[in-house]
Amino acid sequence: MSSRITKHLASLRSEGRKALIPFFTAGDPHPSVTVPTMHAMVEAGADIIELGVPFSDPMADGPVIQHASERALLHHVGMRDVLAMVNEFRQGDNQTPVVLMGYLNPIEVMGYEAFARAAAEAGVDGVLTVDMPPEEGHEFVSALHGQGLDPIFLLAPTTSEARIGRICELASGFVYYVSVKGITGAANLDTDEVARRVELIRSKTSLPVGVGFGIKDGASAARVATVADAVVVGSALVSRIEALQHESDKIPAKAAEFIRELRTAMDG
Amino acid sequence: MAIENYDFKELLKLPDEHGHFGPYGGIFASETLMEALDELREAYDKYKNDEDFLAELDYELKHFVGRPSPVYHAKRWSEKLGGAQIWLKREDLNHTGAHKINNTVGQALLAKRMGKKRIIAETGAGQHGVASATVTARYGMECVVYMGAEDIERQKINVYRMRVLGAEVKAVSSGTKTLKDALNEAMRDWVTNVDNTFYIIGTVAGPHPYPAMVRDFQAVIGREAREQMMSETGKLPDALVACVGGGSNAIGLFYPFLGDEGVDLYGVEGGGHGLESGEHAAPLCAGKPGVLHGNRTYLMEDADGQIIGTHSISAGLDYPGVGPEHAWLKDTGRANYVIATDDEAMAAFHELSRMEGIIPALESSHALAYAAKLAPTMDKDQVILVNLSGRGDKDIHTVARLEGYDV
Repeated sequence: MSSRITKHLASLRSEGRKALIPFFTAGDPHPSVTVPTMHAMVEAGADIIELGVPFSDPMADGPVIQHASERALLHHVGMRDVLAMVNEFRQGDNQTPVVLMGYLNPIEVMGYEAFARAAAEAGVDGVLTVDMPPEEGHEFVSALHGQGLDPIFLLAPTTSEARIGRICELASGFVYYVSVKGITGAANLDTDEVARRVELIRSKTSLPVGVGFGIKDGASAARVATVADAVVVGSALVSRIEALQHESDKIPAKAAEFIRELRTAMDG
Repeated sequence: MAIENYDFKELLKLPDEHGHFGPYGGIFASETLMEALDELREAYDKYKNDEDFLAELDYELKHFVGRPSPVYHAKRWSEKLGGAQIWLKREDLNHTGAHKINNTVGQALLAKRMGKKRIIAETGAGQHGVASATVTARYGMECVVYMGAEDIERQKINVYRMRVLGAEVKAVSSGTKTLKDALNEAMRDWVTNVDNTFYIIGTVAGPHPYPAMVRDFQAVIGREAREQMMSETGKLPDALVACVGGGSNAIGLFYPFLGDEGVDLYGVEGGGHGLESGEHAAPLCAGKPGVLHGNRTYLMEDADGQIIGTHSISAGLDYPGVGPEHAWLKDTGRANYVIATDDEAMAAFHELSRMEGIIPALESSHALAYAAKLAPTMDKDQVILVNLSGRGDKDIHTVARLEGYDV
């Protein structure tokens, strides 16, 4: 049985289009904004929504996404709240795949099986856990697969060829290439290097390849779209949300405007 | 819950090849660090039995650090307590004033062999930061130390010492502005500069191989203590007591005794205002297992799995996690984990100062406070060895302020 993510990416591939995957943190700056923002971005051309699960110690994230987590945690947004938001999103959209991205401990505290069941029931399609490498992940991955969820894994510029192979064996849905060494929101990306790495990844797997980290605007999204199957935009979107934290009713429209800009650049 | 009938000799074989101590430890790191951790593990595996490396380490520990540190019989204090004889392992007499330098010398020598010229470190009380700044000055390396903004305020003297030694101290203002946030920031630096940077973790936490490697570098404490106590008292101690923040001084003392069932082990966590107050730093006594900073261990967390703020009078104990080996020593029943409150630690701080002429660090004062409770329950011919992990000079301002003196 192929997942909503697999089907969605396959149909885009057959149309020759690239997926646009916006990331933002659930509950930032207020829990009431999250679901309307998800719908607005889908309307504007987002293909998959990557929803950040707030965590107190986001070790792999730069200041922009750290602060987003902190704003969400002011409202005590935990995993159960995030799942409730996905469930609410599903009332109006049962097409667009949703991937949760976060750290292991909020999942660990629920237990892998209980989490996987609750996530599948809420309508989640994939789970990316930044601090869960495949070496530790077998039990977790089988819990996800048992509920039809895709485990999404990161590949880094430092990942060896042998590791790429091992990770892709466990992954499903797509794999996510982190285009720069460093934290989210850091440095500019080198498109030629990304192209070389994506080619190497493609030699190891037929899974679609998403690329993220360092994509700031339409131009960088368009460049990445020439080599990747999916373009992930995180910190640049979260910065726009941050700027409107005190006028949160304007966030869905602003996010949609940014998504349209990226979409136009990628499709152009 | 203790695991029944566990053969304690097995503990000496841990961790397994994946860094596990029972269900604890492991490698829970972001993908960018996985190759760097592999490289570190390979280098450590190669050098930990390398004669030249060990000879250089021994030389440095002897001539630069001042090892072996003595054991000292606190006779007057023992007599006053009226029970077991209390002995102190004098890590406070090491160069830089604490046990932390045993590990930084080891890791810096490893960094040198790996060709890494830039060192980063995190610090809570500042002792590990000072120990890192000291060895990087000694070996001519660049050093960046991450320290929580709140800890910088609490430990101004150590901040200045690091600067004198040529290190750059970077204030961390995210989260709770303490040790855990400094660790997060150091991890972020490492992810970004992984090619030329060696991260010297100061305690037995972090992803494999750190918990094992830091333990091995600190185990010199227990190896010396075993021999010294045999020669001074003719037997092994009946009990070992050490404070536990991340747990490096405790594991350093305990490890060579893990197979000796007659030696009771007590790890003392920062009890803050008491467990019932919720304001403490005692994950082993009051937390539950979870994943943070690269390993699975006991954590202070809420029902959503968010890490919660800790409180201890001692910055070095103010950490919501603990080394994974301690988590397994707890579950197997090999070691007992207890607390001493802020007030109990302060009382012990003064008591040792006045009765023995030794001003202890506030961290070590927690171990002393528990020893003071344990001693009267034991016979006069029994022996408690306390790890006096650091000296109290760095805490003088904190203590003075709490007691209303302006120094």
